[in-house]
This record gives sequence, structure tokens and C-alpha cells, in this order.
Amino acid sequence: MTDAPAVPAPPEKPASAIHAIWRQFRTHKGAVFGLVVLTFLVLAVVVGPWLWTPEKLSVAKALAVKNQSPSLRFPLGTDQLGRDMLSRMMQAGKVSLAVGFVAMIIAITLGTLVGVLAGYYKRLDGPLMRLTDMFLALPLVPLLLVMVMLFRDQIARAIGPELGAFTLIVLAIGITSWMQAARIVRGEVLALKEREYVLAARSIGVAPRRIILRHILPNVVSPVMVAATLGVAEAIITESALSFLGLGFPPDFPTWGRLLFDGMQYIQLYPERVIWPGLAISLTVLSVNYIGDGLRDALDPRIRGR
Amino acid sequence: MLTFTLRRLLIAIPTLLFISLVIFLLVDLAPGSPLSDIPLTVPPDVRRKMIEALGADQPVFVRYVLWLRQFFYVEPAYLFDSWFGTSWAEGEQRLLSWQSRSPVFTIIGQRLPQTLTVIGTAYLVGVLIALPIGIYSAYRQYSAFDQFGTLFAMIGFSVPTFFSGTLLIIVFAVWLGWFPTKYNTQLEVVDWSTFVEQLRQMALPVMTLGLANAAAISRYMRSSMLDNMSMDYVRTARAKGMSERTVVLKHVLRNSMIPVVTVIALGIPSIFGGAIITENLFGVNGIGAALIGAINASDLPMVQTLAFIFAVLIVVFNLIADVLYGFLDPRIRYD
Repeated sequence: MTDAPAVPAPPEKPASAIHAIWRQFRTHKGAVFGLVVLTFLVLAVVVGPWLWTPEKLSVAKALAVKNQSPSLRFPLGTDQLGRDMLSRMMQAGKVSLAVGFVAMIIAITLGTLVGVLAGYYKRLDGPLMRLTDMFLALPLVPLLLVMVMLFRDQIARAIGPELGAFTLIVLAIGITSWMQAARIVRGEVLALKEREYVLAARSIGVAPRRIILRHILPNVVSPVMVAATLGVAEAIITESALSFLGLGFPPDFPTWGRLLFDGMQYIQLYPERVIWPGLAISLTVLSVNYIGDGLRDALDPRIRGR
Repeated sequence: MLTFTLRRLLIAIPTLLFISLVIFLLVDLAPGSPLSDIPLTVPPDVRRKMIEALGADQPVFVRYVLWLRQFFYVEPAYLFDSWFGTSWAEGEQRLLSWQSRSPVFTIIGQRLPQTLTVIGTAYLVGVLIALPIGIYSAYRQYSAFDQFGTLFAMIGFSVPTFFSGTLLIIVFAVWLGWFPTKYNTQLEVVDWSTFVEQLRQMALPVMTLGLANAAAISRYMRSSMLDNMSMDYVRTARAKGMSERTVVLKHVLRNSMIPVVTVIALGIPSIFGGAIITENLFGVNGIGAALIGAINASDLPMVQTLAFIFAVLIVVFNLIADVLYGFLDPRIRYD
């Protein structure tokens, strides 16, 4: 790391920063693989339901085709109630990915807010960082389980079981995973605050709010993006772990974790019913992690050959 | 060093109080408390007496302090009594589980050995796998072995334990039939055959957790080794004509172990949390399974206590890691 190799002159000058980032990103094989796989998975769960509509079966007919192995009629087979596994996988994937993204957005927003406040205002730094440390010491999996157990029925009664489960789990994951982002942002803000352009802005009388929005936030975007990518992976794993323990989504509104949980009862006879959702979760998380890795390299100007 | 340790100990107290308050309030203020479900046929004065008997008419603050007293004074006093035959805690109310009406700590004491056997072995196996992989990956950076190690770590990060565990069950228990799918808690090791049986039933959970832990630790080991490999003292050692073996395994390894040891210490509480899933998957009757059982039965004292114990573990091991770091590395001085 200490002796920098001679940087070869880039063959052509990149048109913009985004272009340069993309060029660096493309050189990371794992990241490209991750992007391809993730795009495929997102397309499969978003566009897939239009391309593949399962036949509508009456209850008696559905029970007649229960526990089928994969065939042309049911590409991934059917479950114990004769439901088509492929369409269930797509439906579940939509919820799983949505949980991952929304929980990440909540966590990142909270984390950035706390990080900027702690980094910019010296008075708030001590208390907010103490709070962050305390949140880091909370036992998260047990707490999430307790939160879901205590509030599930009440929220379900108020806004319906599906939306209730979604809101509760997304909020619970969001407010228990903002701490990493807050620490990263605080560190960045502390460094940025001492830069000359911030001093210049302050000396011509720009209000703190404007300085933060115009000069500081745009400069913390890259570390936040990396944290956000990894946050999606984390949230998807947490949600499926909750569902796997039976404390997540209801069975008629499945996620991949829930499908895995349902499949566990039939593992001896139909192991594929566990493998499909498990594979989907693992592939999503793996590709998101690789994308995060690639983004970290691409967004770091020291690594990016510019 | 001593002042630093003392200062950290003092900071740990408000942290623990905050966490206990969060856990207490979360459970206490939740809408689904059992007292809200007293049937309407119960007459009002009986209802009032029930609430009074449970102490639920007291203000939140009083109940919180009483709970703290039970946790930090009464329960340790009982433990002390049972060890030394004194009678400090005579007549005090213990924390009782609502499921079994027996003290929460008795149940935890029964469950803990299961967790420690399985999880402890798994962590040990994970560390023992991770260290050689990390060392060799760093020594031969960008070699085929290193690439493989990177892939292994990435997969270990990404595949959640409930899926890797399930895969292991499908392959080794269902298809090959080498190991049992479920852990038999009743098994007592008395002779050779039961010992082999115990090893067989521990194999799958240990493998699941061990692989997950090994992934993270091997990465830390690798990057720590890489940091040290380019140091001047390594060049000096080589220039003096020492064998590669001495340079890598004595000079570099010793210095690289400092951050890794603290990472290993930091990981211990999180494996207890992660082990909830593994225990559930394999039917190990440990404290993770106790937590899930208590949650499903709305056994609030048990849930509160277990959640708080997990928090205490995190705080204690953070403290240990910090102190250990200063102890192992003479370059770090806190005061």
C-alpha cells in the first residue's frame, strides 16, 4: 500500500465521474457477476408473474396435484396444497426483496441523520455516539423476535395481516441496523467539516442546514452507498431468519424464508422445496455482497486509476 | 492500563442499565400483556386484586427498580447461598418462569451446558479452520489457494446458517444417512459407544456454525497477516537469514494475532445470538431454543431475562476485547 505503482495513463479520458466509476466497477469480476445475477432475480420476481401465470385450480383439483415433482405444467413442482411453486417463489421473492430495500432505506436514513448531526454539531456528538454504542450492545436477534411477538397481533388488527407484518418487520429491522451507517457518516463528516470549502461557506454566512445539504451530504454519498448495499443483504438475511423461526410473515403472504420454513416439514421427501428458496436467498445475498465489494473499489478514488 | 479498565467498567454500568430499561419497557409497554386479557366475566374487585397481586398497579419506574433488584441482588444471592450454604436470600421472591413456575435461572442453568457444548465446539472448530486458511492465503496472496479462500469466505458470509444447515441435513442425514437429523438431548455419555453417538449428533450443528464462523475469521486473519508481511521487521528477519518458517510462523503470526484475538473475543456473544437458529434447526435444547419456546408461550420473565443475558454477554466481551487489545499490544497505551 505504501509504494504506489506507476499509474499507466488511461487510454481515453472518462467523460464523467459516473463513467469512471462504471469502468472501475466493470473490472471487478465478482461485482459484474453479482450485478447480472441480481438483475436476473429482480426481473424474475417483477416481470416473471406476467410471463408465468399459474392455472386457476379449484381446491379439489389443486389437492389432486399436490406434491408434484417438476414438470412442464409446474416447472418447480407443487407444494402440499397443490400450489404452483414457481409462482409462489416469484411472489415470495418480491416481498423478500422489498423488505430488504425498504429496511435498508430506513436504516440508512436514520444512520445518515444521526451521523451528520453527531459529526457536525459538537454538542450532539457525545450523546449521539453513546446512544449508538448502546444500540450496538443490544442483542439484536432476541430483541427482534420479542418485538415481532409483542406487536404482531396488534399491528395486524390495525392495518391488516399482510401490510402489518411488512410494516412491523421492516421498521424493526430498520431501527436496529442503522448504527454502522451512523459511525461511517460521522467519521466522514468530521473530516469534511475541516475542509476549506466548508470554512469558506461558513465565513460568507451560509446557514448550517445549507452547508450540510449542499457541501457535506453529496460528499458522503459513496461510503453510504456501500453501507446501503451491504445493508440490503443483512436485512434480507434477518428477515428470512425471522420467517424461518416462524415469527415473520404469514404463510399466505410468503417470503423466501417462510417458504424455506414451510418446506422444512417435508425435507425428507421433497428436499427441493427447501433448496429453491434457500438458493434464492443465498444467491441474492451473495450477489449483493459482491456488488458492495465492487462498489467499494469503484468509489474509492485511491484505487480508481484516475 | 488499570485506570483504563476501571473506566471501561464504569462506562459498562450505564450501558447495561440502558439496555435493561429498553428490554423492560419493550416488554412492559407492549400492548399484548397478559393482564389486558383478563376475561370480562371476572368481577372488578377480583380483577383489581389480581393486578395488585402481580404488582402491576405500581408505577413503571417502581416495577423497573424491583425487577433490577431481583436480577442483580436476589438471583446472585440465591446462587451464593447454593454454593456456600448461607442464607442471604431467605424469603426473597425469585424470577419465576410463567410456563413452568420454576425459577428462570434454574432453567437457564439446565439449558446452558447444551449450548456451550455445541456452540463452544463449533466456535473452536471455526477458529481452527480459519487460522490456517487465513495464514496461507496471506502468505501466497492471489494464488489459486487464496482465490479459493476468498470464494469460501464470500459464500460463508452470504449463505445463512439456516440454509447451509438444511443443505447439510439433506446431504449427510437424508441422502447419505451418516448423521442423525436431530440432536438427542437425553443422550448421556457413559461409555465409548455413547461418546461416538454424541460426536455423530454434534457433527452437523458444529459443521454449520463452524463454517459460518470460519469465513469471517479467516478474512481477518488474512488481512492482518498481509498488513504485517510488508513491515520492515520482516525484511530484517529474512535478511538475517532466518528460515521462512520462523519468519512467518514466529514473527509475522505473533503480531498478526493481536487484532484477530480481539475479533475472536468480540464474536463470542454474537454466536450465542446466531446459535438460536442453529439450535432450532437441529433441536438442540439450549438457551436459544429456550428463548424461542418462551416467546411462543408469551413467557415474559423468561424472555426478559434471556434477552438481558445476551446483552450482558455482548457488553462483557466488548470489555474483554478492549482490555485484551491493550494487554497484547504494548504499542497501545490508553492512558
